[in-house]
Amino acid sequence: MIATATIPLLRELRRRLGAENVLGAPSELVVYECDGFTIEKNRPDAVVFPRSTEQVSEVVKLCARYGASIVPRGAGTSLAGGCLPVGGGVVVMLTRMKRILTIDLRNRMAVVEAGVPNLELSRALAGSGFHFAPDPSSQTASTIGGNVATNAGGPHTLKYGVTLNHVLGLEAVLADGSVLQIGPVPDPAGLDLLGVLVGSEGTLAIVTKVWVRLTPNPEDYRTLRAIFTSVDDATNAISDIIAAGILPAAMELMDQGIIAAVEEAYRFGFPLDAKAIAVIEVDGPAAGLDEQERRVETICRRWNAREVLRAADPRQRELLWKCRKMAVGAVGRLSPSYCIQDGVVPRTRLPHILRRIAEIGAKHRVRIVNVAHAGDGNVHPILLFDERDRDEVARVLEAGREVLAECIASGGSVTAEHGIGVEKLDFMSRLFAPADLKAMRRLREAFDPAGRLNPGKLLPSECGASAQT
Amino acid sequence: MSDLKNPGEGIDFGLFLDCVHCGLCTSACPTYTELGDENDGPRGRVYLMRQVAEGRLGLDARIRKHLDLCLDCRACETACPSGVHYGRLIEPFRLAVEEAEHQRSVVKRYDWFRQLVLFRLFPYANRIRLAMTPVRWLQRLGIYGWMERLGLFKLVPGRLGHMVTLVGPLVDQGPKLPKFLPAKGRRRARVAFFVGCVAEAMFRHTHWATLRVLQENGCDVLIPEGQGCCGAIHFHAGSSDGARKLADANVAAFDLAEIDAVIVNHGGCGAMLKEYGLHWHDDLQPARRRFAEKVKDINEFLDQLGLVPPSGRIEATATYHDACHLGHAQKVREAPRRLLAQIPGLALRELPETEICCGSAGTYNLNQPAMAQRLMRRKLENILKTGAQIVLASNAGCLLQIGREVRQRRAPLVVLHPMDLLDMSYRDAKPAIASTPARR
Repeated sequence: MIATATIPLLRELRRRLGAENVLGAPSELVVYECDGFTIEKNRPDAVVFPRSTEQVSEVVKLCARYGASIVPRGAGTSLAGGCLPVGGGVVVMLTRMKRILTIDLRNRMAVVEAGVPNLELSRALAGSGFHFAPDPSSQTASTIGGNVATNAGGPHTLKYGVTLNHVLGLEAVLADGSVLQIGPVPDPAGLDLLGVLVGSEGTLAIVTKVWVRLTPNPEDYRTLRAIFTSVDDATNAISDIIAAGILPAAMELMDQGIIAAVEEAYRFGFPLDAKAIAVIEVDGPAAGLDEQERRVETICRRWNAREVLRAADPRQRELLWKCRKMAVGAVGRLSPSYCIQDGVVPRTRLPHILRRIAEIGAKHRVRIVNVAHAGDGNVHPILLFDERDRDEVARVLEAGREVLAECIASGGSVTAEHGIGVEKLDFMSRLFAPADLKAMRRLREAFDPAGRLNPGKLLPSECGASAQT
Repeated sequence: MSDLKNPGEGIDFGLFLDCVHCGLCTSACPTYTELGDENDGPRGRVYLMRQVAEGRLGLDARIRKHLDLCLDCRACETACPSGVHYGRLIEPFRLAVEEAEHQRSVVKRYDWFRQLVLFRLFPYANRIRLAMTPVRWLQRLGIYGWMERLGLFKLVPGRLGHMVTLVGPLVDQGPKLPKFLPAKGRRRARVAFFVGCVAEAMFRHTHWATLRVLQENGCDVLIPEGQGCCGAIHFHAGSSDGARKLADANVAAFDLAEIDAVIVNHGGCGAMLKEYGLHWHDDLQPARRRFAEKVKDINEFLDQLGLVPPSGRIEATATYHDACHLGHAQKVREAPRRLLAQIPGLALRELPETEICCGSAGTYNLNQPAMAQRLMRRKLENILKTGAQIVLASNAGCLLQIGREVRQRRAPLVVLHPMDLLDMSYRDAKPAIASTPARR
């Protein structure tokens, strides 16, 4: 398996980083052949664990000398194959760079190394009155570096925005090994490199340090769950809540299929006959929350909600959010493997897209369950299958493509937060005009002329993957 | 290797398929959070075992190293949304590896440590007592303390040295346990008490405290003869047969018809007893299963029974450490907290990272001392952050491990089992807490 060219590279990496920070044996590389997306796999040639920005820079320079491609990886929770080592190469693990360097409440800012898990920062902030707003469902494990790479969202994105809105500055290693620092200044002059790097999925640079914005905790919140007898009713209610001028912190949807899995995992007490449950949170100054809650409830009732219940105490609220956030992981109770899509449609098209998803599932004989950041029109259909059944895998891939095509046809997109990775490469040419893609390619070439940073991702071929293979 | 059977052979393949590879378990794994290598995390280990089971990878020394480094603390089971039974994968897998190695070795013998210490010494309380005699003499003569402070025990080689330092200071352990103790007041339940090996040799005082607490709560307590070690040490060190024999002796010793529950007060033993029904597929499996169904951890039992509130005030700050085999394996987390909250005067502070193992993990601290030490340091740092004067844990291994670190670092902390403290409150006794709380 090991290409002969990698042997001197491995030797050199070990010499620079120490043997304990380099993996090169096939039996130790195999766990790095995929991430949360398991349909495609490829073993890397080496895995390294740098402990500092300087070491990342050294690794990048060495890889340049040996012509090896580089795949940055944090917790490996990507659902789109963002960490798949296409064509091999060196996986750069950021998990040994996980110090929280500064918490500066007076400037509402924290400085963290890229490998700090999202929730770790929130834990460190407990009691301070502040939090880090982006809360992807994978936040217990996923790293802030990974959140930056995918411009991650989460349930509270509806009100608080995505990762980009909470990044004040970045330190990153460029393809030639030089170290770039952007920000953290309030009104930067020059080109907006922050906007370029956030969401670039490791194709432009390796982010090593992040200056993040801290958000004051809301004074109070109400977390409601509305039980619906049809998915249509639930999605219509959600659109009406927005139309009424209410801006909840989060509006989430779970359908009957996923409720079964979640209930088995966490025994919350969800009614298993409910066709859909909406989790709606309003927050802000305590005054006025009761009024908002009442209005949300009225709208839900108008759309035939059977029950609208408020989380009784902080514990129940926490459990409710755990149920929603862990829902995707809980599908292991339904099926050996799954593939989760990340489609977006205009919110008012939610009833349509969810109906179409059900039809597409039936057509391809694929079971599909749904969770959705419904407030954003972001649907996560989860396609269930057994990866040992090749025919089923083929049907799942086909059904997934059809779902995403439907999202585009509905005026939406194929990803809101998981990234393009390898999974959705084919859709880029349908989402963007040739001129758009060309501009992106030229930007990528400017950052990484040899196409060695996370090749084969984000932008369809003609650049990237060719360098190593 | 080719003549040996695949260590994944006996494992229900469906258990592997429960894992959907989402990675949400990784951050709950102590070794992953220390090392950051997915080979040392639950998702990676499941993946490695599956690769071997499917015959895609041979079991080499590297894979063994990553599997051996697993604490089997099962924190990943708590974190896993898909309900992967990680313990039911790693335990039989490791067992098969150990047994295969045993079969293959020319002399057909386990190494001296397993042979002498784990299999011949540990399961027997009286032998442990005997083995501790030299340490007890040093303690009586008053020279143990300064030997410990000077680090002289580091001169005792290898795992023996580690074991010596685990031995706690002399306490009055109380007399031999009787066969029966009657309930105080109205009888609310009739239970049988599981004694164990290390627990009996080193924590008999905690046994006495537990028994008194049971009496206070209206329980008749039987202490059946013929019972012994739960078998966990054998099972986790690669001797399934040895573990089965001990299990069957215990199953035979308890007359289930006359009791409401089998009470166990150490998490590690409790987890093993509760899983008797899973491990061996033979004629006795139904009997083991019936036994397992009656087993209750003391915290769980009292919480369900409804604690008779103790009245003795204990003005102190305490923190509770979740023993892995109680919290993760048995899912008993809230019960001990609810019990402790009923002690008047006691302020209970949540322990940061309470779900992370202290590094004791059965005999892990003897086999993987370096990782165990890293985790122990991390645990003590977290304990000190709470400002607690008392740290509570419901498992012998944790009590020994934390106790040693507290002594070596001279931290102003008292290390107790929750039953020790409850018993004090019933008796209106006070723990010997330091006058100044630990640094915040």
